[in-house]
Amino acid sequence: MSNPDRFHTIVTIVENKPGVLARVAGLFARRGYNIESLAVAPTNEERFSRITFTVDVESAPLEQVVKQLNKLINVVEIRELPPSECVSRELMLVTVKADSRDRRELMELIDDWRAYVLAENTKKIMLSFSARTARLDEFEECLKPFGIVEMQRTGRVALPLLS
Amino acid sequence: MSDKLRMSGGEALIKALERAHVEVMFGLPGGAILPVYDPIIDSSIRHILVRHEQGAGHMAEGYAHATGRPGVAMVTSGPAATNIVTPLCDAFLDSVPMVCITGQVPLAAIGTDAFQECDTTGITMAVTKHNFLVTEAQDIPRTIRAAFHIATTGRPGPVLVDIPKDIVDPVNPRSVMTWYEATDADMDLPGYHPLTQGDPELIRAAAQLIQTAQRPVLYVGGGILKSRAAEALLELAEMLQIPVVTTLMARGAFPDSHQLCLGMPGMHGNYTAVMAMQESDLLISLGARFDDRVTGKLDGFAPEAKIIHVDIDPAELGKVRKVDVGIQGDCRLVIEDLCAALRELGGAVTPEARRAWRSTLSGWQEKFPLVYEQSEPGHKLKPQYVLEELRDNNPDDTILASGVGQHQMYASQYWRFNHPYTWINSGGLGTMGFSIPAAIGAKVGKPDRRVWAVDGDGCFQMTAQELVTASVENVPIKVALLNNSYLGMVRQWQEMFYDERFSEVYLSENIPDYVKWSEAMGCVGIRVESPEEVAPAITKANAINDRPVVIEFRTDPRENVFPMVPAGKTNSELLVDPSQEHLRR
Repeated sequence: MSNPDRFHTIVTIVENKPGVLARVAGLFARRGYNIESLAVAPTNEERFSRITFTVDVESAPLEQVVKQLNKLINVVEIRELPPSECVSRELMLVTVKADSRDRRELMELIDDWRAYVLAENTKKIMLSFSARTARLDEFEECLKPFGIVEMQRTGRVALPLLS
Repeated sequence: MSDKLRMSGGEALIKALERAHVEVMFGLPGGAILPVYDPIIDSSIRHILVRHEQGAGHMAEGYAHATGRPGVAMVTSGPAATNIVTPLCDAFLDSVPMVCITGQVPLAAIGTDAFQECDTTGITMAVTKHNFLVTEAQDIPRTIRAAFHIATTGRPGPVLVDIPKDIVDPVNPRSVMTWYEATDADMDLPGYHPLTQGDPELIRAAAQLIQTAQRPVLYVGGGILKSRAAEALLELAEMLQIPVVTTLMARGAFPDSHQLCLGMPGMHGNYTAVMAMQESDLLISLGARFDDRVTGKLDGFAPEAKIIHVDIDPAELGKVRKVDVGIQGDCRLVIEDLCAALRELGGAVTPEARRAWRSTLSGWQEKFPLVYEQSEPGHKLKPQYVLEELRDNNPDDTILASGVGQHQMYASQYWRFNHPYTWINSGGLGTMGFSIPAAIGAKVGKPDRRVWAVDGDGCFQMTAQELVTASVENVPIKVALLNNSYLGMVRQWQEMFYDERFSEVYLSENIPDYVKWSEAMGCVGIRVESPEEVAPAITKANAINDRPVVIEFRTDPRENVFPMVPAGKTNSELLVDPSQEHLRR
């Protein structure tokens, strides 16, 4: 992710019905747009789900992406959030090797980054860490030397800045 | 719910179609859709039994093109659903309002690879405006209402409704439902609100651009026909005295006989229409989408033109070509508002420069008309001659349906389209085999009108079996089959761009025997080989109204369609007929 401004967040409110995610994903595939990340969950209103995705605006004409999405009957609302106009977070769960010789160093790192220990044994530690996507990238780099056993990131979610 | 009428989902489906003013549907029954076919016996809806599901889809399209009402097709699950994918895609690309009902295996069997199961909504997602998988019998009336609403409003298109067998089968308790008249409120479409009225400020901006343009052209597409805007367009064009080009999808939207009409632009458009766009300083695009077959190589297209683009689909505005004024709205409403805005600005102005523009255009028209060389005695017929004779021996309001290829281009070039909804063809998808079923659909919708299908021999062999449908269902269409024994358009490309290396384009001159084949299908078959036989054969065909007629015209395979903009070239590199080559600069 060389230029963070390349990645715009699009928030869509869709009807919470079977197949809607397939329609959205199918549209992206058919029109040749790349999705950088995708997060889907129901909203506080049960009828609707919120799909937040990040697209590389250098790979796809953003205006066309939004207009084509709008044509999907099940898409109720679309908002484009440029990086400067939203607060965004991403969550990572990661299991890291932690044998006795590295363990102290790793615990310091966890402390410094304010990550949470979710579980541990004598060989591994499972962490959760939530921050801006770029911070997750940095943290991931710091963890690599210890040995990442397994990792899952959620993709970015975002809300507009308070006005 | 005033009357608590209980019925099966199948009965409710047919009743809902009746309530949607469906008078005819095209289809073919099978296992999963069987329970819906039973109540058809007692319905007011006429059902046309096709010979292949693709035929049902194209008939529904032809019906919609000719009448403006949504076409309806109904087929069973699995292979029937996949057979109708081509017409759905065709209707999607040409914005044809159509509702397709497909049977599906019972809900509990979905996902088990049951007999004749396929993921119909998954397969058709990319080729429909929307589709539904109905899971409750009680949802049928509201889903059918929503399907027709979506198919016919905004940018029209095909909508598919997939119906699992258990919710329509009266022996299954899941099929029991209580009838209700579905209202708009029942449709539950929170994400669908097509805008039809154009933004007044943008319309004023468009009017100002028009007032100052020196070389304006009205570039009109199929959206004019979809929005029933032909009259409004005529008013606008006459008020402004601006010339009009009608794309392949818009033939008939503006009368060819009108002095402002320049005809068809694009890859096989006439010289004046192509060059008028190319040299224009303002293209006023109404319901057109800057298709690659119209623009040629994009970065050389109409380089000096500003663009006003009106379309009901906002995704079309600026999709291909950057616009100066983009107006989202229904073409008819926007044109009416535009006329009002122009009147407010003091009506039409005709800058001096526009006189020069008009004389340039008429100079081109004089210098570069459509031409072909009549065949020598004893040689094969020229396809253009057949089209001219067909045109001159039929009334103005004849409906012409075409397949795809050289014959389609000759038809568009040589017919005279003076009325909207008289031209039916497959523009966007380019579906060979479209013409015969589309002509049948048109004739069913407009039984009092004469309907001719213009077809090629390649196309004819793809869907000819629907002539059996036409004979049995008493739909007396007429077919002008231009048999040049080749896949003609492909042959033309191989001749021009592949060093005359003809690969897999020769079909056969004598096999099949088209006359015998037509007769076997219940039609009158006529073979025509020389120019003097052409008009009498057409007259004879026109006198037969109790069965379909097929005239096989043996045409010259060496004939190519001109003008032509070779693929990948700019429109300025248009190739004219070889006989006119010396007239180019």
